[in-house]
Amino acid sequence: MKNMTEYEKNPVQGPSAAEHTKSRRVYIPRVDIIDTKAAVVLYADMPGVDEGSVDVTIEKNVLNISGTVKPPEFQGMSIAYAEYGVGDYDRSFTISDDIDRGNVEALVRNGVLKLVLHKAPEAAVRKITVRAQ
Amino acid sequence: MFETGLWRFGGFADPSSDMQRLRREMDRIFTDFGQTAAREMPPVNAWIGESEAVVCAELPGVDPSAIDISVVGDTLTISGSREAEPLKEGESYHRQERSAGKFSRSLQLPFHVDADKVDAKYDKGVVVITLPRSEAEKPKRISVKNQ
Repeated sequence: MKNMTEYEKNPVQGPSAAEHTKSRRVYIPRVDIIDTKAAVVLYADMPGVDEGSVDVTIEKNVLNISGTVKPPEFQGMSIAYAEYGVGDYDRSFTISDDIDRGNVEALVRNGVLKLVLHKAPEAAVRKITVRAQ
Repeated sequence: MFETGLWRFGGFADPSSDMQRLRREMDRIFTDFGQTAAREMPPVNAWIGESEAVVCAELPGVDPSAIDISVVGDTLTISGSREAEPLKEGESYHRQERSAGKFSRSLQLPFHVDADKVDAKYDKGVVVITLPRSEAEKPKRISVKNQ
């Protein structure tokens, strides 16, 4: 088994499309996108979010995922050492027309958001039989 | 590197610089050793209080039973592995940014830990380890008597 590499969180560079009212760090979640025959499955690493703090929206052909994270606080302790930042997540994707907008499943488990974007039935692969004339 | 990674708070120079030094040392030992462990995986944040320390690490999508936490003296080790999503036939990756594989990380704390009382919780992809300082090492208050 190979070792895990690349884990650094990527902060959003410059002003993001949506204006934020909070002065908090925003990170780009790392994603895996898997294309299955019937759907497109997206996994996003968003540690610190739960089902109540993650938002998924589709507007026209833009899919946006965002999540808010409450930075941890421990009473009577001060942060002595920090290698990663804690902040919100935000990322947008362009989706193709063959995704059925009304049939999207979203699940959050162990800080990973899973989206199942079902393909519209008419976009599913159809085999056309060729007949001899 | 500094944009994403290291940010330190002022006024607490000693433990952090000591920990950093040890971390570098550990990394050097492990990397020299060959394929033992990935470097600095996972990144950690540490809070230090008078009687305990809290170490947090982000490990999204890891089965909590696959995280191994051990404490020896004043050194904490977090190790385990993360599985990639298995592909079924006919499926393909459009994008693969999430890393999978083994991770191992050691961290030296500024005090010895009472290993029996260490508590680790995994919630929303974040592991939070509470490490109480060992009784023998807790600072003792010495009262000054008037003669």
